[in-house]
Parts: sequence; structure tokens; C-alpha cells
Amino acid sequence: MSPRILDPGAPRSLFDAHEAADAPRYLSRAEAEALARKVLSYATADETRVVLTSGARMGTRFAVNQITTSGDRYDVTVSVRSSAGRRSATATTNALDDASLRRVVESAERLARLSPEDPEAMPELGAQQYGEGRGWSEATAAMEPARRAALIAQVTGPAREAGLESTGYLEGAAGSTAVATSKGLFAYGRQTESVLTTTVRTKDGTGSGWGGGAHWDAARLDPAAMAETAIRKARLSQNPVAIEPGRYTVILEPTAVGNLLQLVLGAANARAADEGRSFFTKPGGGTKIGMKVVDERVTLVSDPMDPDTHTVPFTLDGLPGKRVVWIENGVVRNLAYDRYWAEKQGREPNVGTAGGGFGGGGGGGGGGIPGGLKMLGGDASLEDLVRDTRRGLLVTRFWYIRPVDPRTILYTGLTRDGTFLIENGKITRAVKNLRFNESPIFMLNNLEAMGRPVRVSASEGGGPGLAVVVPPIRVRDFTFSSISDAV
Amino acid sequence: MALPRRDFLVGTAAAVAAGALGAPPAGALALPVPGAGRGRDAERFFTSDDARELAKLAVDAARQAGAGYADCRVSRNRTQNVFTRERRVQGVQDNETSGFGVRVLVDGAWGFAASRDVSRDEVARVARLAVAQARANRPSLLRPVSLAPKEPTPGGTWRSPIRTDPFEVPVEDKVALLLAANEAALKVRGSRFVSSSMFFLREEKTFASSDDTVTVQTIYRAQPSLTVTAVSSDFRDFQTRESTDVPPRGLGYEHVVDARLVENAPRWAEEAVAKLSAKPVEVGRYDLVLHPTNLWLTIHETIAHPTEFDRALGYEANYAGTSFVSPPEKVLGTLQYGSPILNIRGDRSEPGSLSAAGWDDEGVVPHEFDIIKDGVFVDYHATTRDQAQLLADYYRRAGKPVRSHGNSYAQSWADVQFQRMPNVSQVPGDKDLKWEDLIAATDRGIAIVGDASFSIDQQRYNGQFGGQLFYEIKGGKVVGMLKDVVYQFRTPEFWKSMDLIGGRSSYILCGAFGDAKGQPVQSNAVSHGCVPSRFRNVNVINTGRQA
Repeated sequence: MSPRILDPGAPRSLFDAHEAADAPRYLSRAEAEALARKVLSYATADETRVVLTSGARMGTRFAVNQITTSGDRYDVTVSVRSSAGRRSATATTNALDDASLRRVVESAERLARLSPEDPEAMPELGAQQYGEGRGWSEATAAMEPARRAALIAQVTGPAREAGLESTGYLEGAAGSTAVATSKGLFAYGRQTESVLTTTVRTKDGTGSGWGGGAHWDAARLDPAAMAETAIRKARLSQNPVAIEPGRYTVILEPTAVGNLLQLVLGAANARAADEGRSFFTKPGGGTKIGMKVVDERVTLVSDPMDPDTHTVPFTLDGLPGKRVVWIENGVVRNLAYDRYWAEKQGREPNVGTAGGGFGGGGGGGGGGIPGGLKMLGGDASLEDLVRDTRRGLLVTRFWYIRPVDPRTILYTGLTRDGTFLIENGKITRAVKNLRFNESPIFMLNNLEAMGRPVRVSASEGGGPGLAVVVPPIRVRDFTFSSISDAV
Repeated sequence: MALPRRDFLVGTAAAVAAGALGAPPAGALALPVPGAGRGRDAERFFTSDDARELAKLAVDAARQAGAGYADCRVSRNRTQNVFTRERRVQGVQDNETSGFGVRVLVDGAWGFAASRDVSRDEVARVARLAVAQARANRPSLLRPVSLAPKEPTPGGTWRSPIRTDPFEVPVEDKVALLLAANEAALKVRGSRFVSSSMFFLREEKTFASSDDTVTVQTIYRAQPSLTVTAVSSDFRDFQTRESTDVPPRGLGYEHVVDARLVENAPRWAEEAVAKLSAKPVEVGRYDLVLHPTNLWLTIHETIAHPTEFDRALGYEANYAGTSFVSPPEKVLGTLQYGSPILNIRGDRSEPGSLSAAGWDDEGVVPHEFDIIKDGVFVDYHATTRDQAQLLADYYRRAGKPVRSHGNSYAQSWADVQFQRMPNVSQVPGDKDLKWEDLIAATDRGIAIVGDASFSIDQQRYNGQFGGQLFYEIKGGKVVGMLKDVVYQFRTPEFWKSMDLIGGRSSYILCGAFGDAKGQPVQSNAVSHGCVPSRFRNVNVINTGRQA
């Protein structure tokens, strides 16, 4: 039976008050240190790394104006990576009793001894200096079922009154991550994330609108505003007209920009570029670092210290998370280097070893790079951009985005839940959804205007996903290749 | 909706590392479950008898706290991933997660709670938590849940029909096989990079419900995989070939052996190299001859997903969308989905399939049923006990039993079970035509092998699909290779354009290891059997673009 550790620092919610909070909601720094020390004390290998992740995911789902399922899920995972010379292997468990901890260490060590030597093996890191993790909000940590139900009521109530049907998902996550090595490294960070998204549809199925947002601080979510946006778009999107596929000037709301922009970083693995199998490969060999690839107004960064994209400030191999500039004024400044490839190429490592470029979407999010993704922008609002558009399409979000051609980061996907025609600065009609075949690189070469960046929910599955902060933009010649009848 | 193969495996490994995932595949035989306390696993703190007792305790505690219905799953999931590239092993990862989840129905509202601490006090506490969740959700309820009856069953045991437990196979053997396959690929001139892996899941799941069903199931899943990349000498082009001939299956290590990675690797490498010099396709309309290794994904996206009942009802609107196969009263028994030679069935019993099981996660015995018959849509799938009720009138009029198809599923102890896709498969044609026969019968077309790019809209109308290999057909013969091909269509027109299909001997059981649905997202694994099929006059576009 696992020891019951009472953590005075763990969040207490109304829900907890009904039951003794006798299982740790997440490991505090002291608990993580003690647990890591214990696991390392069982290790006999040349080098050992322990990664401890713990926490709660608290979610409530609603469909057609009522709550359907709701659950709080708590778990702790102990992951042990053992190295015998240049041989290594990893084993994980979620049981914290001594016998299970011994067993997971023994398993990793046994598998390591049986694995072949790895010519790219890197020694574990020793003690490092880390920035302070700042992405913790008590409001998010206390998102228990009754509180979530109350927030959701701010969406379902207005939708029902408007004679519409709202469906959506609200989630709060709160937990901690710790990394410790037999060489003296110890990193600890706690983190919260929250997201709310809703799709509001008309009863006859001819209109659908979406609203949503994400932030590590749930107090920054505004359910009423999201509901109002989704309701307005549901109404406005009814009875759309078909337009000819082709190249269009588009205004992309920040969510749509985020959907596409995270794909650029997913493709930014340095090694793949050096190996000749990436958009970032330079013709003739080498990478495009130093080359201008998009409009000079484009700058993309990842920064765990940015207030909007606070994340745990280290990778799972214990590398300190730093501000990384990927593209600056249109020029490639950096690609994703893990420790091995960084050493080989004489560059700074900036990504954890199981990653290397990170994929967004799909509800998972995160990967090896701390600090999310931010695209710098201007001062204009979305309304300003619309007002300055003579003729174009306004896109709320893109969906079911899948790779088509990695040589150009070409993806396909569709518009969804609020696609409109703009004429002479005003929204004039709703249009049928469209499939695109387009590359964020081509798109950012056709940039006309940018607005103020905001944090968005850019994941496909509605989970918190990658922390993405992007502006609304206007671009020309965006390629829509076919019409969809889907509402 | 299917996750790209790489994303699924990365997500799985990461999610397992975060203690979040463990999903069972399924098979068809009822064999005694090996005791949980065997071999190295003997130190585990719960045996299968303990699991049964604790699951029943949870259900009792939930009833006492006021639940009208309750069920509990106690699970231990083990996964192993061995992945390599060229001449090195990138990782050997062994993961285990265990815990239990309690689901309750209180006054018409669902509640769920889970914990990794499988002990007497904890199951009682968590059962009460689940009831409290249900009570917190009750005020917002507009339509109370009611469950369709299920055939009373005491339950039993079930295990995937494996021959060799993959967790008993030494890691050195696995590593040697993968590195040998890589070597075989690298010997081919022009093949530059190769990665290969094998991934295994085993879930031991004990289920108890308040209607006295107790099941103990051990479910295995295996996916061997290899990808070759060829790079042109001027660094301007690169092409890959993935081992889509080898589908994931609900089987053991024998599936890896039968995949013959070492023997097949050179052919896959040659195909990757050949793609570098293939002719870029001319945009236009073509007759398409789709190999089962390509067609299965199109079936998954354009038939299996839109016929999920909860989508038709709007429950998935915020993520995977709704469906054009809706509203039920307007389409059941009447919607012409495709040509009369289109027949689709749902099952959870095909041996070696990913979805097969003895019972679903509500203790219902799954059965085989028609989804599309002679081109007409006749039934939804992904039904559970609370949804089957909603189809009662239709079932009675059609002379079908009013019951859940047994499609309730949760990916792990920590997730709540809900309506998921079973295997959804195409019935072969009466005439035993083969792949070569379909090509010979085609005057001008493209033959497509293997799956790659895929995308579809939120009501399942506009679909666009790629492939691994494309062959130009002229006068009934393959005349050369093409590249940069995707085909794009509107679903009902596509399936109505199907005019020729293969027979029994050309049937292949393919499948998706990572089908995502729900919020929070859960993963499911599902098989799709199909035969080579021809579609007339389909729109093909060229995806190669220069900056």
C-alpha cells in the first residue's frame, strides 16, 4: 500500500472537504526530492536519471447544453533511465511502494545491460541552474466539479436561452515535474494549465460557431465571452453560400494562426535538416540557419519566462529552459537541437532528447521544448484588420490538419465553425467551409498585416496543448482547394 | 479520428510516462487468464482474485452511497517500446501503470472517479467520490440517462489469441531483429535513413458491475514498424516508404515474426528510392484502384466515423464533429450510402483484430451486426446501453433486438468508458477477384498502395487521402510510378462510384492503433478489414509545390 503523504501545500478545494485528502494531489518539492533520493538509492547502474510527474487532470464535458461526463484523475509516474556504460533503457511505474520502486529500477538496469551500446550516448547532466517556474495558479488548482459546473453554466445557460445547442469541454490540470540524476542534478517545477472550448450549433444544423481559450491561470478564462462569441457566430454562420475554391486574401483569427504556426516548430528538428529531409534543409546541404524564409515582420520565440507561456523551466533530461529565438525578422536563427546533435554541430542544446521539434495539436501538446510558442505581432485588433480588408475571408479556426508534403511543410485541413466573407471592411455573408492545402511558410511569405498577440487554444482535441500566443493576421493568396458541405 | 502513426507512439510513450495511458486490444478466444502473480510479476500487490474482490467492493460502496448502477474496472497495463534508427537503438522503454476507475449512475447522472492506489479503503473512498461527482453534475441534467437492458451474464474470462507473450521475449532478440532489418534496408543503393520499432501492449482488466457481471480479460496488441527515407543527391527531394503492409494487430510476438521485417526491408527501401524518380501526377479525374492497405483508412474516416451514433446526436461536436448521417429518423434504413456492392459490418470478434473482446466495458457481450447493407445505411455503431434505448423504436420496427452493440470502452483505469468504434469491415465480393484483376479491368487509372496523408471535415463530407505508392494504369497494365498524389472527394459520391471489389482471398485486416475521440481525448485501437476496390472518376491533385 502506498504511503499516505499529507502535503499541507496541496490545494484544498470544496470537494476535498468532504473526504480526507489522503492521497497526494501532486508531489511537493520536498516529497519529490525524498522520492528521487530513495529511487536513486536503489540504483546500482553507472548513471541513473529519475523523472517524477504527478498531478491532477480535472475535466468536465458538456454536450447539447448539459454536462455529460466529469472526472478528476490523479496519478504519479516514476520513470527510471539506467545507463551501463553506453547502454541504457527506461522503465516506468505508477506504484510508489518500496517493492515497486525497487522493481522499476531493477527492470531499467536489466534492460540496459541487455541493450547494445549506443554510439550517441550522452552522460547525464550534473547540477544546473534553473529559472523559477511561474506558471502556477491557485484558481486552476482548485477547479473541482462544482466550480467547473458553474463555469460551464455560463456557456450552456446563454446558449439554451438563445435556442441553440452548446457542446464543449473545460479542463484544469495541476501538477509537478521533477528530474534527478545520480550526478547531482535536481530540477523541480509545478504547473497549472486550463482550457475551455465550446462549439455552439443551431438546432437545424445549418449554423455552427466556436469560442475558446487556454491559459495556465484559469482566472484568465472568460466563459461568458467565449459563449457570446460562439453564439454570435452560430447565428451569423447560418445558410452559408458556396464560393469558388482558389487563392484568397484571408484574415485568420489568432486560433487559426496558432493551428498552423505550431506546425513550423514541429518541422524544425535540426538533425533532420542536416540529414537532408526537412524544409529547413539548405539545397546542396546544411541547414537554413541564417537564411530568410518568411516576411521580415515575423519573429517566433519560445520563452518559459514569458508571462503568457510560463511552463516548467527545464526539459526531461534536466536542461535549463531558456528563451529561444527560432525566426527573427524572417531569418532562421535556430533549430531544435538535442544534447547529442548540439555537441556534434557546435550549437546550444535547446530540446529534450525524446523530442526534437514538437508537434502541437491532438490534445497532447508540449514536447521537449519549454516555453510554448509566441509570434510577435503589432497593436491592431481583429476588428481593425477586418476594417482594412477590401475583400477576403475571415477564418475562425482550422481543423483536421494533417501533413501532406514535409519538403514544404505543406498541410491540408479545413475551416470550421465561423467562416465569413468580408467586403469593404465588413462581414457580409457566411460562406461554406473550405479545405486548404497550404504551408505556414508560404503563408508567412504572403503576410500583409498583423494584430495584437493573444494566448489561444490551438490543440485539435480541446486539451490545453502547447502554450501558443499569436496575433490575428491578414495574408494574401491562401490556397483553398475544395469546398466542404460540412457545418 | 486517426492520429498519425508517429504522433500516436510519441503520445503514448509520453502519456504512459505521465501515467496516463494504457489501452487494451482484443481477441476472440476464452482461455483461462494467467495468474497475475507469475514470474517477475509476482511482487505485484494485487492478484486477479484481489482485483475481483476489490472491484466488487467498489460497486457495493457506490450502491451504498446511493448509486442506482455502478461498475468498476481494475487494470494493470504494461507497454514496451523498442525503437531504432540505422545502426543504433534509440530507446528501450518498459512502462507499467495500474489503478482502478469507478463509474456510477445516480438519479440519471453519470459520475466517475479513479485512483492508482488499489486497496480496500481507497476503492470505497473513490466510489463515494464518483457518486459525489454525479451529484455535482445532476443539476445541469436535461435528459436523465436510462440504460437499455443487457442480457444477464455472470461474465467470465477472455484472452487475446496470442501464441507468444511479447513481454517474455528477450530484448536482445527484439533489438537484433530490428537492427538486422535496418541493415537490410541500408544495403539498397540510395536508401539513406531507416527507423524501425516494435510496440506492445498488454492490459489485464477486471470488471465488476452492479448487475452481477464480473469479467477478467487479458488483451494484447502489437505493432512492428519500419520506415525508409531516400534523399536525392542534390538535397532537393526526399521520399519515404512506411511499412504499411504490416498492420497493427491484437496479437503477440508472433505478429512481429510473421511481419518478416528483415525480408521485406529491401523491397521497402527500393520503393522509397524509386519514388524519387517517379513522375509527378497530372491533376485530373482518374479511376482509382485502392489496395486494402490504403482503403482501410478511407473506410475508417468516411464510413466508420460518421456512423458513430453519438456523433449523429451531437455529443462529439466540440472535437471530432458531427455527421452527415443524421438525423437518425431521416437516414436509418433509407440513406443510400454507396453502390449496391457496398456492405459494411461491425464486430468485436474477428481473431487477431484490435477491437475484439469477450465483453465491453459495461459487461455487454459484443455481437456482429450490419451497418451498411447493399449500399443502404441500416444501423449505427459505437452504441452503449444508454444510447441503444434511443434507437428502440427503429430496432423494433426493423425486427432487431434493442440492445447495445457492446462498444463501450475506456483506454485505461484512469479514464471513463464511453462509446467507441468496434472493428468496421467491408464484406468481400461474391466473385473471388484479386488486386491484379481490378488493375487488368481498368483502362486509365491510378493504383494506390499503403496509407499516408489523411484529412476530412467535421461532418465527414470532404475527404483528402494520400498513399505510400502510386502506379499509373494504362490499358489494364501498370506502366510506371507516380508521386505527389492525393485523392479528394465528397463521401456519398465517392462510395457510389465504387463499381468493382475483390473477393474473399484478397481480404486484408488492417487497422488504426491510435483513434482519438472524446474530451479529454482517449485513444482506441480498431481494425478494418477490406478488399481491393475500384472507384470511378475521382478527383486527383498534385501536392508538390515549390516555394
